[in-house]
Amino acid sequence: MNGDLSTLRSGDVAMGDELPPLEIPITATLVVAGAIASGDYQEVHHDAELSKSRGTKDIFMNILTTNGLLGRYVTDWTGPDALLKAVRLRLGAPNYPGDTMTLTGKVTAAAEGEITLEIVGANSLGNHVTATVEVALP
Amino acid sequence: MGEGRGELETLTQQTLADRLRDEFVGKPIGEPYEARDPVSLPMIRSWCDAMGDRNPVYSDEERARESIHGGIVAPPTMLQRWTMKGLSNEGPPQAGGLGSRLVEALEGAGFTSVVATNCEQEYTRYLRPGDHLTGTTIIKAVSDEKKTALGSGHFIESQITWTDQTGETVGTQMFRIYYYKQAEKQPSSTAPRPRPAISDDTRFFWEGASGKELLVQRCTSCATLRHPPRPMCANCRSLEWEPAPMSGRGSVYSFVVHHHPPVPGFDLPFVVALVELEEGVRMVSNLTGVTPEEVSIGMPVEAEFVPVDDELTLPLFAPRSAG
Repeated sequence: MNGDLSTLRSGDVAMGDELPPLEIPITATLVVAGAIASGDYQEVHHDAELSKSRGTKDIFMNILTTNGLLGRYVTDWTGPDALLKAVRLRLGAPNYPGDTMTLTGKVTAAAEGEITLEIVGANSLGNHVTATVEVALP
Repeated sequence: MGEGRGELETLTQQTLADRLRDEFVGKPIGEPYEARDPVSLPMIRSWCDAMGDRNPVYSDEERARESIHGGIVAPPTMLQRWTMKGLSNEGPPQAGGLGSRLVEALEGAGFTSVVATNCEQEYTRYLRPGDHLTGTTIIKAVSDEKKTALGSGHFIESQITWTDQTGETVGTQMFRIYYYKQAEKQPSSTAPRPRPAISDDTRFFWEGASGKELLVQRCTSCATLRHPPRPMCANCRSLEWEPAPMSGRGSVYSFVVHHHPPVPGFDLPFVVALVELEEGVRMVSNLTGVTPEEVSIGMPVEAEFVPVDDELTLPLFAPRSAG
């Protein structure tokens, strides 16, 4: 968020527009803080030893945090007066601490203030998330 | 009696997916559950702190008042947060949790591993502090048995609908989870590395590797180097030779990336490289310490002696800085 309250207007956005990439360092703090903020106490999101004993490399990000990061990525770009209407996501490679997820996105539909974005969050293992987000612009 | 047997046959032929669909699809899981707490600023703040979300409509009273919302609202992506039970055992199932009878049926059939694959939320309106939600979960679909890279299993689709204190729907969420049996592990580096066939001609090479020396045959008549080892010099036809230590430095002359089929003792994908040593001979080996995408022809490499066990040390090649 750049600090001002300006928001993209429907006329400002066209199909094919790209969102600026956002790099998110995946830290254990982010994974744990996201899990707690979302009320998700599954051990694989905070207990590294137990996660390893269950065959994963480390703790990994929960789906609600991924959802929250997508929401942030979109409104960082649109500005605060845009309305999120839907977030549809598909999960792929896990987000483990030490990795970096880079979010990229583009506008795939824009009509009468309703825009659709295709967003990909990629880490060193592949695509962590692919998502379609619907937004209403003022 | 014949009729009775027909019925039995029909029953036994019914698949697990059919049985689960009959019993669960279209039905709610338990009673609607009320959130323990209403939508609140402290919970919004801890969410925004974790996500790094500084949108002022979520946290800045003054600027939120000037916005389209006219006051603080919750991030819509928090929707499911409001009815999560946290560490308490009261309330609704965890994220994507299913009724215990459905979980038991799946686990009983051996589908004991679980992974969330899809989450699709739709927001009817933004929530404000004080809104108090109630969620209702319905099983929407049970897939036939599928095969994926993880193993075979069933996709279970559930839908949560949230209503507010007035009974109005504020949002929905489709959640798809995959219950599966873990696939047989691919052969990997945990399998023993294949052993080289060691002959009188090649023994010096492997013994050299054990001592961290890269040895190549040198003709004692004309001093021509040759590799792989063989009895006769192709230059002067002499049968006399001696092992000559190499510097271990070279460059990638050519390479292939092996993706398939799996090979016991190797993690896929791996790089098979033809390395040209600075002394001039070429040698087939694996590259280590580099991803297949990073390998290029001409890349400077250096021998690395990797002990496999007490008897075997492999001369592999790793990238080195040029010069």
